Amino acid sequence: MKRLLVLLVSTLLVSTAFAIDKGKKFDDPAMQARYEQLISEVRCLQCQNQSIKDSNVTLAADLRREIARMIDEGQTDEEIAEFLVVRYGEFALYRPRTTGKTMILWIAPFLLVLFGGFALARVVKHRMSLPIDDDTAEER
Amino acid sequence: MNRYLWPLIAVAALLVFLVMGLRHGDPRALPSPFIGKPAPQFELPTLKNPEVTVGTEKMAGNYALVNVWATWCVMCRAEHPFLLDLADSKSIPIYGINWRDSRPEAIRWLNDLGDPYLASAYDEDGRVGIDWGVYGAPETFLVDPEGTVIYKHLGPLDPVIWEREFASRMADGGQAK
Repeated sequence: MKRLLVLLVSTLLVSTAFAIDKGKKFDDPAMQARYEQLISEVRCLQCQNQSIKDSNVTLAADLRREIARMIDEGQTDEEIAEFLVVRYGEFALYRPRTTGKTMILWIAPFLLVLFGGFALARVVKHRMSLPIDDDTAEER
Repeated sequence: MNRYLWPLIAVAALLVFLVMGLRHGDPRALPSPFIGKPAPQFELPTLKNPEVTVGTEKMAGNYALVNVWATWCVMCRAEHPFLLDLADSKSIPIYGINWRDSRPEAIRWLNDLGDPYLASAYDEDGRVGIDWGVYGAPETFLVDPEGTVIYKHLGPLDPVIWEREFASRMADGGQAK
């Protein structure tokens, strides 16, 4: 019975070793929060529609390790983002930075709303100018 | 008629963009930020002999092909025969970066399949892979004699891609020396 228990406990210990490395990296909660925020905003280039926080492929693990190292070395979020963009391009960041190249991504939604509003205004204005008894006249 | 014209044009334009998107090729292929920039410096122990190092310094002065490979990479096996042919033709020195692999298995692979590389750097922890922006082996970089990256290809190489994308970018057209 005791043997069985030892076996059971050691099996549990072994299986934790296979878990995706999502555990705590820092003792300081502020640094841990920064780390988690950063890794959730970096695209896993190997699996592309996941962040490196959610992925267990080797490249994601390597990038998590590098980001942890850079936080440890006291680098800022901007420096870490720059590190990634230099190597993988703007595509690596889920939240593109506001640079000349990515500006269109940020202003496009506002342009679309503006355009839609303009189109709507035109339609409404056109309909307002129609005779009000138009429909009823047809029904009669 | 006129009220349908603009929506029709809009849908047609959308369709053109969608078809263009479909014909874009490999959706995983990203534009490499390294094209036209100096190749990231590195120096690593070679795969076959940990005492000896290989790196950008050894590549300088010549066109060089840097091929990122690993034994776990299926498409690397597919491009391997072509790399052997290319090495035989002596058109360009081929350097390997053995990325995130096991040394004994990688050595066995080269012994079994043949070794097209002048030397393979052994990138055990993937650090150099990150510096080169590698995200999916096989990846192949063309570096010019000044050490500038002039082309990068994602996926297996073959004679057609070699002629069209690599040889054409070299001053001598990739002729054998």
